[in-house]
Amino acid sequence: MITQVSTPLAWLHWAISDLARSKSATIGVMIILAWVFVAIAAPLISPYSPTEMHNARLEPPSPEHWLGTDHLARDVLSRLFWGTRVVVVLAPLSVFLGILIAAPLGLISGYVGGRVDTLIMRGVDILLSFPTLLIYILIITTFGPSAVVVIISIALGSIPPITRIVRSLVLDVRTKDYVSAARLRGERRRYILLREILPNVSGPIIVDTMIRIGYAIMAIGALGFLGLGIPPPTPDWGGMINEGRQWIFAMPWIVLAPAAALSSVVIGLNLLADGIREIAQQR
Amino acid sequence: MINSPKAPVLNVEALEVVYTTRAGPAKAVRDVSLEIWPGKVLGLVGESGCGKSTLAFAIMNYLTDNAAISAGRILFCDQDIVRMNSRELRHIRGNEIAMVYQDPMAALNPSLRIGPQLTEVLVEHKGSSGVEARDACIRMLQRVHMPDPLAVMERYCHQLSGGQQQRVLIAMALLTNPALLIMDEPTTGLDVTVEAEILDLISELKREFDTTILFISHSLGVINRVADQVVVMYAGELVEQGSAQDIFLDPRHPYTAALLRCVPKISAGVQRTTVRPIRGKVPSLHATPSGCVFESRCDRARDRCRTEHPEIEQTADGHWARCFYADSPDPAELEALRAGPADTRVSPIGDAPVLKIDGLRTYYKAKDQGLAGIAGRHKQGFVKAVDNVSLDLGRNSTLGIVGESGCGKTTIAKCVAGLVPPNAGKLDFIGIDIAKVVEQRPVEMLKELQMIFQNPDSTLNPKRTVGEAIARPLQLFGTVPQSEIRNEVVRLLDAVRLGEEYYDRLPRQLSGGEKQRVALARAFAGRPTLVLCDEPLSSLDVSVQAAVMNLLQEFQQEYGTAMVFISHDFGVVNQLCSSVAVMYLGKICETGPTEALFKPPYHPYTGALLAAIPIPDPTLERNSIRLLGTVPSALDPPSGCRFHTRCPRKIGPICEQETPPWREVTQEHRIHCHIPLKELRTVDPVFRTEQ
Repeated sequence: MITQVSTPLAWLHWAISDLARSKSATIGVMIILAWVFVAIAAPLISPYSPTEMHNARLEPPSPEHWLGTDHLARDVLSRLFWGTRVVVVLAPLSVFLGILIAAPLGLISGYVGGRVDTLIMRGVDILLSFPTLLIYILIITTFGPSAVVVIISIALGSIPPITRIVRSLVLDVRTKDYVSAARLRGERRRYILLREILPNVSGPIIVDTMIRIGYAIMAIGALGFLGLGIPPPTPDWGGMINEGRQWIFAMPWIVLAPAAALSSVVIGLNLLADGIREIAQQR
Repeated sequence: MINSPKAPVLNVEALEVVYTTRAGPAKAVRDVSLEIWPGKVLGLVGESGCGKSTLAFAIMNYLTDNAAISAGRILFCDQDIVRMNSRELRHIRGNEIAMVYQDPMAALNPSLRIGPQLTEVLVEHKGSSGVEARDACIRMLQRVHMPDPLAVMERYCHQLSGGQQQRVLIAMALLTNPALLIMDEPTTGLDVTVEAEILDLISELKREFDTTILFISHSLGVINRVADQVVVMYAGELVEQGSAQDIFLDPRHPYTAALLRCVPKISAGVQRTTVRPIRGKVPSLHATPSGCVFESRCDRARDRCRTEHPEIEQTADGHWARCFYADSPDPAELEALRAGPADTRVSPIGDAPVLKIDGLRTYYKAKDQGLAGIAGRHKQGFVKAVDNVSLDLGRNSTLGIVGESGCGKTTIAKCVAGLVPPNAGKLDFIGIDIAKVVEQRPVEMLKELQMIFQNPDSTLNPKRTVGEAIARPLQLFGTVPQSEIRNEVVRLLDAVRLGEEYYDRLPRQLSGGEKQRVALARAFAGRPTLVLCDEPLSSLDVSVQAAVMNLLQEFQQEYGTAMVFISHDFGVVNQLCSSVAVMYLGKICETGPTEALFKPPYHPYTGALLAAIPIPDPTLERNSIRLLGTVPSALDPPSGCRFHTRCPRKIGPICEQETPPWREVTQEHRIHCHIPLKELRTVDPVFRTEQ
């Protein structure tokens, strides 16, 4: 049943068959894949351009405009589809950037210990002592809102928790006998960290990443809502919610559509994370 | 519910338990019938996975959700437990049938004091008032010889030692005066000395209170100590049943006989037999053979065994065995069982020691957890894990280090390996100073010193295949040319009897014994001068243990490797080691050639350890020396002789005040004790059998 993983194709096959065994992972993957498809195919499936202004403002859903139009008479459905791109690209990028910085910090901090550990962890504590939103606002108001600045600020905000998680995982794995065995045969520290420890902490890190991408999506939404996200007229779910909030009672769909989209992605990611955890435990 | 002594307390009839698994149904218990008579102890013995615990939980009707009793009856005092509803079951569990579990720490609630946990049983089952219950509990704690029961009632379970926790659990189980007590491996996690005390307690309960007990254990020696009747299980079936005498002296089923041959013998010292592992593996429960379940591993097997399933039948001498040829055992088999001395240990070559440990000290800083500690006003405490230890080890010889847990055995190994830095002392290994951590040692010497670890589950990187694990040291040390590595790995795999098909497997696809074999191949791959073995056998089943032990000897002979073998099992040490050091609380109390250790003169501690070992031989008579109390904290070790607080032969204040001298019996055999040698010599030997 469990075969040796040698080629990427075999790995993919194994990953899919493993994921298929968990109901929540399957549903999660389907939700996420659906949104990724929307992001890629946005130019094809959107009925209009997201910035094109039509005749009527704040129009209710109709055969021409399935989700109506917004206050600038733009098609809400098209904006929703195009807005997916922001979420699907920015959120993972920012989390991966965070991991790229935090994982080595956590690995070194946990494995080396002593003063290096103290230094890294106190640094992390300082970052952690600011409210995350404050860090975002500080950076974005300093450098101006743009995709790159949003990515960097969210990455920076995710460094402290990722570092802590990786470190605590490493603290457990480094006491394992196979790490001692590697030390006894004189392996270099780099080899021990990358080949002996990293593969055995990667599972929980992947689960954490899924949840963290969900947080990042919410953060992007929040920044958009505060007007600190991707500058208009680029469609962005958080921004759409903000713009629509004045008409929330009269035309709730302008707010509800992006809000529902946002939460469905986050739920999909959480389901996937649960599924991966479930599968990992069965082993 | 007092039953007449004429009827059995428990009567299991043709019981079958099935687990529903992803790979299909697995019959974990098949056609098991047994009876337990009032006031008797029935010992249930078998290796892991043979269905012992499933049977125990079936008797409580407390199986997991995916398990079901698919056939048979369990009559407890003539009521069928299988057909009871949950209310009736709740009345029976903990009240009529009580259970004592393997891990006492997990069986007690860590956030409740002992008192409420005990009294709750009486309040719930007997409707006693709080005060009544409390008095009864204190009396019960006294009955299980718990020191200071009043104080114990106020403690939490982490404030008790393992042995005390197990006493609390036994007291809890006995509170309602149950008709049947089920004990599932109650001594497995305990030190031999503590185990001996608990076994004494169980024997006493049986004698004085007529308690009926189902005692489950994987250890033949432990079963021999407590059981009247013994049942042997294999692959879900009951293969042999009889009195303890019959089973241990005249086993009729080949599995029982084979199991007994796996246990390294210790008796009058020089007596040593070859252990013979059982070949092959337990058949999968998903595909049980149509013939005899033991056929594939049996030396006696004939054609009939392959096709026909044997029934359990009475043997000529009156006990029961599930074998067609129970009454015609192979003479060679019996002879092997009673075989005389066969020295399998390799003798040391040359005089130059491979390893010289001189005055080694290793202290761990103890953190003060109190408020003063946090405020930085604490006294710096040190756990003196290893305190002034000196040892020598010759080429091609094996040094055993024995002692109770927490005595510093493993710390010595870690110091020598360089995983823990020593605080003081000299460590000389083939002329190189190695009193430093491994990263600071000269690279060339690293391949000469390897280690085999205790826990098979953490010894291999779960993400690496077996082949990669063994190939890595070969590649790193350049033992063989690059192109030859795969062949060498396969050769090593063959040498540990795993074969090439294991090359691409991952550790999670291996059993504990197989993992330990891979670890062994990995350690010996670079052909080291010294291999440190830190209890590599202690988590393995006896039959697997025997196989790994033989492999260790084979490798040692092939490469001429020296070994330090850390163990709590005197039998294994006797089998493998040429010399032994006995450790207590960070200090060596006795060191000498293995033969010398089993006869007087010995250190009182050695004597107590020897007296505590459970041995599956009913004819063996032994002195029962028991140690009092628990091992004192290494943070604040006793003054003078560290053993004086528990020593059965303490001679006076001198033991408390002065460090004992080294008394030399011979040049190699030395004892660290105040008692003069002349007196130590006159002590009764632990093993009294004349052979």
